Amino acid sequence: MMTETQQQARRAYRRRALVRTAGFYLLLAFVLAPFMFVFLYMVATSFKSPLDINSGSFTLWFTPTLDNYRDVLLGTDFLAFTVNSLVVAGCSTLIALVIGLPAAFAIARYKMPRLGAVILSSRITPGIAFLIPWFIIFSQVGWIDTYQALILSHLLVNLPLVTYLMVSFFEDFPEELLDSAAVDGASAVGTFVKVVLPVTRGGIASAAILGFVFSWNNFLFSVVIAGRDTRTLPVAVFEFMSYGSINWGAICAAATVMTLPVIVLALLVQRHIVEGLAGGSLKG
Amino acid sequence: MTPPSTRARERRVQDEPRQDPGQGAEERRRGWLSGVNDVIDRHVKSVFATPAVAFVVLMMIFPIAYTLYLSLHDWYGSTTSPPTFVGVDNYVRIFSNDPRFWDALGRTLLFTGLAVSIQTVLGVAIAVLLHRQFAGRGLVRSLMLLPMIATPVAVALVWRLLFQPELGLLNDMLMAVGLSPSAWVADSSIALFCLVLVDVWEWTSLITLVTLSGLVALPTEPMEAAVVDGASAWQRFWLITLPMVRPVIVIAVVFRLIEALKTFDPIIVITQGGPGFATETLNIYIYNTAFQYQQLGYASALLLVFFAIVFTLAAVTLSFRRGKASS
Repeated sequence: MMTETQQQARRAYRRRALVRTAGFYLLLAFVLAPFMFVFLYMVATSFKSPLDINSGSFTLWFTPTLDNYRDVLLGTDFLAFTVNSLVVAGCSTLIALVIGLPAAFAIARYKMPRLGAVILSSRITPGIAFLIPWFIIFSQVGWIDTYQALILSHLLVNLPLVTYLMVSFFEDFPEELLDSAAVDGASAVGTFVKVVLPVTRGGIASAAILGFVFSWNNFLFSVVIAGRDTRTLPVAVFEFMSYGSINWGAICAAATVMTLPVIVLALLVQRHIVEGLAGGSLKG
Repeated sequence: MTPPSTRARERRVQDEPRQDPGQGAEERRRGWLSGVNDVIDRHVKSVFATPAVAFVVLMMIFPIAYTLYLSLHDWYGSTTSPPTFVGVDNYVRIFSNDPRFWDALGRTLLFTGLAVSIQTVLGVAIAVLLHRQFAGRGLVRSLMLLPMIATPVAVALVWRLLFQPELGLLNDMLMAVGLSPSAWVADSSIALFCLVLVDVWEWTSLITLVTLSGLVALPTEPMEAAVVDGASAWQRFWLITLPMVRPVIVIAVVFRLIEALKTFDPIIVITQGGPGFATETLNIYIYNTAFQYQQLGYASALLLVFFAIVFTLAAVTLSFRRGKASS
């Protein structure tokens, strides 16, 4: 049996909890708003006519138009830039897996910390340190503005990422599976290909997706090494600005189209993103 | 539980005598292919690691050695006139006769220090706010990832529009609350701070998410004991929570420090180092020296100095962390 006062106390407690929850969500919205409004602004502007953009004050009430998307997708070589980005990111990720997976396995299983440290040190080294010598070498062999030069340079981004993400997966690999493969007489390489890789395919997929995203986003290497024929999306969209007056609606449309696939892919592997962004020393 | 290394050693000790006698017979039976396999197995370490080592030597060590060589030369990238040896002249010029270098260094340190401090304070505060059970927690975490993973050039372009004095949203907001509009990145006295704002926007979530993962992993007993002892929420945070998650936060901060020193995309997209040289950090200065002015020898010397600064800072902060951990 509950007395009158007990019931009152409980109701008061519930009311206070409700106020606290509402306050928390209000605070949360206040904190998140600055992080989100940039994306909202990007998407909203991409649907605005030049008149609305130039009207001088921002509003979310406007008649949406697809003109900017039409201008970008049909009025520029956007498709070609996208293909360039896909080829460079795809190939460099594939090569990074071929080189990085065995290396990560060696670091995790055969205890080769020095190799791991050297590969990781490329994350500390300023990218431009590799870029000046590589720019000179690529110029001399006539590789500026070629896929192979871009792919090689993007490997500097991809390979360390794939390697240190996979080291932690391989370290967690169940010892028993390796033992039983060894008892069955499988070779080390055979075990790696037929046992280790299939079991860790989830991790490999995450590493591949993150490698692809980092390569897709890369600007520094591409802006120096790419030329007229191999411009990747970030370089191409950056160069939209230099054509006389800036068409902000078209730039926001291009930025939206360029960012969308990255966000979709990244959300698929969000558990590993923090680890990927913050080096091998952390698990997100 | 036996640690894995001990287990592995035991296994090897058991396995070896069993394998040895049969090996010769087996090799004969399986023939040539298994011979190749055995060679691979005996050198399995090098088979797995060689491609990566080759890559590291070719793509990382060789270019840095080449940079070292170039830094002792004068060269403007022409094929007809090869690099001319000038000894340490480039380094002498950096330290005695290049105010633009020192200004860029100062800006780089100011930018990095400010951005990372603000990120750390904000990031930890947001992590503490998010460290509780609530509906939509997963969604909030996903949203926090967006600034970090969205293509940096795309995001920087949007910020460039935001900073536009006539069209940009930021001046609309200033005027809406009755303040006078600002020139933002066009004003050389505040341009660098505008870029700090962009960096804070982009990377605060990294500190938040790393701290959050540290908070989740904390043991609950000390906290319960503190509640029993009547410690206030504020005391519990400063005296218990913060010291316990500090190692995780420090790793994230060190990582951010190194990355912030190298910031490139937003600066090139939003200001190109301008107005004047107001936002020219070391990275941008080196980029311009190499690829705008084609002074490849001097850029190489600058690069190695920059490289030394980044590595020294990384080493100092890491040793500071190790010292803290052992005390």
